[in-house]
Amino acid sequence: MEIIKPLSQYLAVMVLSPLLLGVINRVKAFFAGRRGHPTLQLYFDLYKLFSKTPVYSRTTTWVFRAGPVIGVSAMVTVLAVLPFAGRPSFLSFEGDFIFIIYLLGLARFATVLAALDTGSAFEGMGASREMQFAVFAEPAFFLGLAALARVTGQTSLAGMFGALTGDTWRVAAPVLVLLTASFFIVLLAENSRVPADDPATHLELTMIHEVMALDHSGPDLAYILYGASLKLWVFGSLIGCMVLPRHSGSWASDCALFLLVMFVVAAAVGVVESSMARLRLIKVPYMLITAFAFSALALIFQMGR
Amino acid sequence: MKTGHLSSFDFGASDIDVGIFFETAASRLAAGGRALAYFAVPEGAAQRLVMAVGFDRDGRVEVYSTLVAGPFRALTPSFPQLHLFEREIYETCGLKPEGHPWLKPIRFNTPGSVPGVADYFTVHGSQVHEVAVGPVHAGVIEPGHFRFQCHGERVFHLEIMLGYQHRGVEKRLVGGPDERSIHYAETLAGDTTIGHAWAYCGAVESLCGVNVPPRAQIIRGVMCELERLANHTGDLGAMAGDVGYLPTASFCGRLRGDFLNMTALICGNRFGRNMLKPGGVNFDLDHALIKELLFRLDSSYRDVEDAVSLLWDTSSVADRLEGTGVVSKQAAEGLGLVGPAARASGVGLDTRRNYPYGPYERFTLGVSGSGDVYSRAYVRWLEIQKSAELIRGWLENLPAGPLEAECGALKPDSAAVSLVEGWRGQICHFVITGAEEKIRHYKVVDPSFHNWQGLAMAMRGGEISDFPLCNKSFNLSYCGRDL
Repeated sequence: MEIIKPLSQYLAVMVLSPLLLGVINRVKAFFAGRRGHPTLQLYFDLYKLFSKTPVYSRTTTWVFRAGPVIGVSAMVTVLAVLPFAGRPSFLSFEGDFIFIIYLLGLARFATVLAALDTGSAFEGMGASREMQFAVFAEPAFFLGLAALARVTGQTSLAGMFGALTGDTWRVAAPVLVLLTASFFIVLLAENSRVPADDPATHLELTMIHEVMALDHSGPDLAYILYGASLKLWVFGSLIGCMVLPRHSGSWASDCALFLLVMFVVAAAVGVVESSMARLRLIKVPYMLITAFAFSALALIFQMGR
Repeated sequence: MKTGHLSSFDFGASDIDVGIFFETAASRLAAGGRALAYFAVPEGAAQRLVMAVGFDRDGRVEVYSTLVAGPFRALTPSFPQLHLFEREIYETCGLKPEGHPWLKPIRFNTPGSVPGVADYFTVHGSQVHEVAVGPVHAGVIEPGHFRFQCHGERVFHLEIMLGYQHRGVEKRLVGGPDERSIHYAETLAGDTTIGHAWAYCGAVESLCGVNVPPRAQIIRGVMCELERLANHTGDLGAMAGDVGYLPTASFCGRLRGDFLNMTALICGNRFGRNMLKPGGVNFDLDHALIKELLFRLDSSYRDVEDAVSLLWDTSSVADRLEGTGVVSKQAAEGLGLVGPAARASGVGLDTRRNYPYGPYERFTLGVSGSGDVYSRAYVRWLEIQKSAELIRGWLENLPAGPLEAECGALKPDSAAVSLVEGWRGQICHFVITGAEEKIRHYKVVDPSFHNWQGLAMAMRGGEISDFPLCNKSFNLSYCGRDL
């Protein structure tokens, strides 16, 4: 019986994650005074793409085809480790937070290699930007998780968020606030949202993540889009677990509340996208260094507490 | 010889000796003149080089021509503003400007040439790379090929290769005016329908010696300013879109449509097609229509004000626009840039003020800037305010009178220069008539012809990711340049 709940949580994430992008787009449409496309648009897109035949350029090799599959598999694995509503996941072990960082790195590596494999100048440019920003985003994320491990005295993600309660917030609020802010900035950058990137642009020269997916089509593109929605869920749920430490003991109400918080996080992303312009490309690292500083500061506060 | 714009003159009187031609041209350009047009007209087996020089400060136009049969002296090394004119002369008539640095084709309209197939700049070195964009683009825009010579994200130079849109409009206008001439003029650049149609009408009217009635002049002004409002509003929205700033982007997209609809309310076409005709206008404004237009103008203008002020009040937008894509005043003057792009660099050229015509007799608007994207955006906002004010004033005091004057036959063996400030900048139409009262040669110079080089300069030393934004701040026409 113990496997049922984690498994149903896991399946729920698989099914619900494309909804987050739908929420973001609804919020953006609201701010722009438009009707916007349907909340379930990504599901329709995925369905359409899965029924298409992919097209491959003659210059590409198996590396190009492997990229999307590795990317989406890595995300699926990360979500098996990730806690849901502070509840343990079914694949949880000591030090698993390092495991997910490597999985995220693997997904990025596969995507970048696939982009470089096309030999296109645009994709090369996107790959180089992606790697450059990752250099700043990964330490911020890693250090943030390390600080959280210090706060809770646990080294598995499920353990960390399981141990995070209202009491932890009372004694370590500054640390947790800094970490939430840091994770939110990393979320924006890692999921290619404004102000780091503009997911709505059609201009190849300014793209980061989108440009690396330009040559993918059909099911491959569907894997990339689905992988991106899973990635948004990964970062969103870290923030969700962080700001929602209450464990009422009732699994159903915990889960319902958590889902609500996830949509609030998505709405917050939408508000940020609607209220500010995209940063100049050379200034994106500054924003990520800020996230790193927040994480570092959180760690220092925690050490001195 | 000295003349004015919109006044016909005896074309033969502009002829001078070859040596004197180049001496005069050089001295006039050095004395602050700007080349309005420079082209070759076939005359027997030889070619007649014609140059119109404009003196912006006193609104004077001078025209010189000379007969050449072989290679001639290139003035580009001293006056970069002529570089494209001389390349054009070489491409159309084969006469070589001796000393021109690089006679690359510009429209690929000679037999056997293929658009885009030419020599390009190349860069060498480690980590130096080239990025080629187009001629087919991701958005629904016209074709053009762009090559960036880059080091990482930094651009050394942007090479712009156009010519894919060449239709041969100038050639089709020869032998006119006829039923189709005005429509060719209207579609020279689709978003500048009124501007080019006005320039065409101005040229024909001065060659017929016709005075346009005041009511028609004012209605033309209303149409032209509506065109400016629509395009400037749309471009401010597009710039907001390029920096990922949603609210202004979506509101301005709708508001551009509102201004286009006002144009459609007057003449039935959103771009003002079939509104102008030589001698006057085709549609009148009655009392009810004026009331409706004033009402729509006020409400749309208020919305534009709200949407655009968001742009200036948001610091993340200002950070993105300021200091991006700077064109120095020196470069703008040297390359002969025109329109809002030139004014944003501090060049005091506005055809409406420097070469007053029609309803703009007492026009004043002084705008200036530091040459970056922010200035180009802000200049447009200032012009939006001025256009709305002009339209309001004109609609409230529309003079009574006829809508058109009868145009007779064109004066033979004459020529006329017609200048109009389109929304993108100065439009120049140079028309020469033959012995049989027909158009012998028609030369069009769209503002984009000058300004594409300005975009290349704006990208120098900039970041490649800023290109779409710089491009939008100029928003140049491909077909206007390719003709």
